[in-house]
Amino acid sequence: MASEPILGAEIIVKALIDQGVEVIFGYPGGAVLPLYDALFKQNQIKHILVRHEQAAVHAAEGYARSTGKVGVVLVTSGPGATNAVTGLTDALMDSIPIVCLTGQVPTHLIGNDAFQEADTTGITRPCTKHNYLVKSVDDLSRTIHEAFHVTRSGRPGPVVVDLPKDVQQTSGTYTNHAGERHRSYNPPVKPDRQQVEAAIALMAGAKKPLFYIGGGVVNSGPAATQLLVDFIRLTGFPCTQTLMGLGAFPGSDPLSLGMLGMHGMYEANWAMHDCDVMINIGARFDDRVTGKVSAFAPNSKKIHVDIDPSSINKNVRVDVPVVGDVGHVVEEMMRIWKARQIRPDAKALSAWWEQINKWRGRDCLKYKQDGEIIKPQYALERLYAAMKDRDYYITTEVGQHQMWAAQFLKFEKPQHWMTSGGLGTMGYGLPAATGVQVAHPDSLVIDVAGEASIMMNIQELSTLVQYRLPVKVFILNNRWMGMVRQWQELLHGGRYSESYSDALPDFVKLADAFGAHGLRATKTSELDGIIKQMIDIKGPVIVDVAVDEKENCFPMIPSGAAHNEMLLGPEDQSAKPISEEGMVLV
Amino acid sequence: MEQGKVQRHTISVLVDNEAGVLARVIGLFSGRGYNIESLTVAEVDNQAHFSRITVVTSGTPMIIEQIKNQLRRLVPVHRVTDLTLDGPSLERELVLVKVHGSGEKRVESLRIADIFRARVVDSTIESFVFEMTGSTEKLNAFINLMQPLGLVEVSRTGVVAIARGAEAI
Ligand SMILES: Cc1cc2nc3c(=O)[nH]c(=O)nc-3n(C[C@H](O)[C@H](O)[C@H](O)COP(=O)(O)OP(=O)(O)OC[C@H]3O[C@@H](n4cnc5c(N)ncnc54)[C@H](O)[C@@H]3O)c2cc1C
Ligand SMILES: Cc1ncc(C[n+]2csc(CCOP(=O)(O)OP(=O)(O)O)c2C)c(N)n1
Ligand SMILES: [Mg+2]
Repeated sequence: MASEPILGAEIIVKALIDQGVEVIFGYPGGAVLPLYDALFKQNQIKHILVRHEQAAVHAAEGYARSTGKVGVVLVTSGPGATNAVTGLTDALMDSIPIVCLTGQVPTHLIGNDAFQEADTTGITRPCTKHNYLVKSVDDLSRTIHEAFHVTRSGRPGPVVVDLPKDVQQTSGTYTNHAGERHRSYNPPVKPDRQQVEAAIALMAGAKKPLFYIGGGVVNSGPAATQLLVDFIRLTGFPCTQTLMGLGAFPGSDPLSLGMLGMHGMYEANWAMHDCDVMINIGARFDDRVTGKVSAFAPNSKKIHVDIDPSSINKNVRVDVPVVGDVGHVVEEMMRIWKARQIRPDAKALSAWWEQINKWRGRDCLKYKQDGEIIKPQYALERLYAAMKDRDYYITTEVGQHQMWAAQFLKFEKPQHWMTSGGLGTMGYGLPAATGVQVAHPDSLVIDVAGEASIMMNIQELSTLVQYRLPVKVFILNNRWMGMVRQWQELLHGGRYSESYSDALPDFVKLADAFGAHGLRATKTSELDGIIKQMIDIKGPVIVDVAVDEKENCFPMIPSGAAHNEMLLGPEDQSAKPISEEGMVLV
Repeated sequence: MEQGKVQRHTISVLVDNEAGVLARVIGLFSGRGYNIESLTVAEVDNQAHFSRITVVTSGTPMIIEQIKNQLRRLVPVHRVTDLTLDGPSLERELVLVKVHGSGEKRVESLRIADIFRARVVDSTIESFVFEMTGSTEKLNAFINLMQPLGLVEVSRTGVVAIARGAEAI
């Protein structure tokens, strides 16, 4: 398949095309000019010019998460690469497949403190799944194809390919290595049969079972997700989702208990605490979910399905580990379940559901909307009502608004909810929404934002305007870094050190200055009309929703506490002072 | 995290001999707060370009399991073997010990070296450099005995290890 010699830069573009790449998010500079020239001369790959390299990575994450494809990023050497680091770390924490091409100074200048030189492979080693420095044009084809193999195989994660300028400009031959077996990295996807048998045996005998499903289900793809949904319905067991797993099970299904964890549902956390068999599918026992590990589901047998053996027994010791891809594992589970004609203990299960319904009866998301001041929860309820019959995608920034969005918006399908879970990166939502809208030009894409977070990548409004991407930014403007203020209230005696959003811009004028539309709602009576306008306007819109400044996000498990110690609201009488152990936790 | 007895493990890692591979392994240990008691690395197959990294580390069983799983998911890693768990194995280390002295002490250091089967690889009127291979414990014992006899410098390789028997790991 070798062909005539072509420039290194052209080899790279050919490899991208052979990998099925349709769009690149990037920003040019000296060290990638040959690559930009090669892009200029072709018309198969579209380039989206962002306004900051961090945003390029988040946009690629939004694109990847909402399509299941690999997101591709192109940035220059030095500052281009270092600006991308936060995005790469974000993608690593949330298992998102990204290939990031970085320019590098020519090979003979590496190590010389050359202009715009940074040790990119050194800097990104801990924040990528893998990285490469390509020192010869002869290694180019193989390395680019290998980068795609590595980013999407097993547990996905970002891969950096550092490309010295001379390598881009030297002629070489292109070979298509797509689909080749890798010499060392081929993570297995099929589970060990006996482990699946053991899992089914535990499930068959369960009296208080609970599915706990996470982002790994989304990673496994829509077909695998549907298989899992069918399987859960077949068992009739309740199912709770992590923040990253929202949409992996239909939010409106009666079997769904919603999100669990620090700001999860009362019923989900109590069910977790009391269950006797936990079936973890593609979730990683994050500390936001487990709370105090020693008091986490203390009387349960635990099954853990994960493609990455290093996720298993990392934070929580489990009884039945199953290493494999969700799709393959669930297929096997379903087959055995049906073949054995397993009937769970109906009496026990109905008693379990009775208990769960009592917890549900506490109505943990209850809030009081009186008067004209908009409660953030109310704003999201109205937003949900207006969008729920449409084809919608939601991204978020980080803070209280993110948690409220997780609580009040429902997702029926995977890949429609994009949020920064593991790293918690403020500034993620707007660029991520850009990537989602590029992939789904006709869908309703909304970034639920806080007024502080949105300032972190506000420059991306320009990108939206340039490409006529009709993203809606829905700011729950409480004039505080609300999540920080909430912790200061809870843990630091209400000393609100530096958490007030002072000197905020006028978001309506700001939208105008960028060439987008700006809207504002300050009273409950204005809300529905403004939301309708926002949806009807064809272009990008910023909506500044002035919400109650003092509202806090509940329910909440204070740090260092157990699931059955969760607080339902500000007046919760069961509140215990936070332990010293809890004070040091993040 | 679960408690458990901290144990010492010798882990053998077969890797592609390529730029940065050692940094990946060391970065994994420092980034995740794992212990490195000793680390050796060298190419062992110049045709296949394999290097072997031998790491001696310590941790609870849960941590040791983590370390191995984390190593296995590095892309250039071909094989990870826990020589402490997977059957009997041999461990060797080499040390160079410089001793400065004269008279009775000098004679005594030579006598002890003889007992330990250490070789003299350099000598001046006032000093010896001894070379010795053996287990870490044996090396430690030798170094301790040399201490009062004028020990001035020690250089050791760290542990290399291999499984006993005919099988290759
Ligand atoms: C302010 C804030 C508050 C938060 N509060 C909460 C909260 O209350 N509740 C909550 O749940 N989270 C919360 N989070 C998010 C939390 O930090 C974690 O990001 C999240 O809990 C992790 O989700 P997950 O367990 O589904 O794992 P992910 O990070 O999605 O990891 C996926 C797991 O699945 C595995 N996997 C990947 N692909 C496959 C496959 N094909 N087959 C099988 N396995 C696979 C991976 O190896 C990994 O172990 C919060 C975040 C922020 C910023
Ligand atoms: C880049 C970054 N810096 C700091 C933080 C810490 N942090 C978490 S939430 C938050 C406040 C967010 O405020 P806002 O966007 O207004 O959201 P709100 O909580 O008010 O809804 C801060 C500073 C972070 N998550 N990310
Ligand atoms: Mg705010």
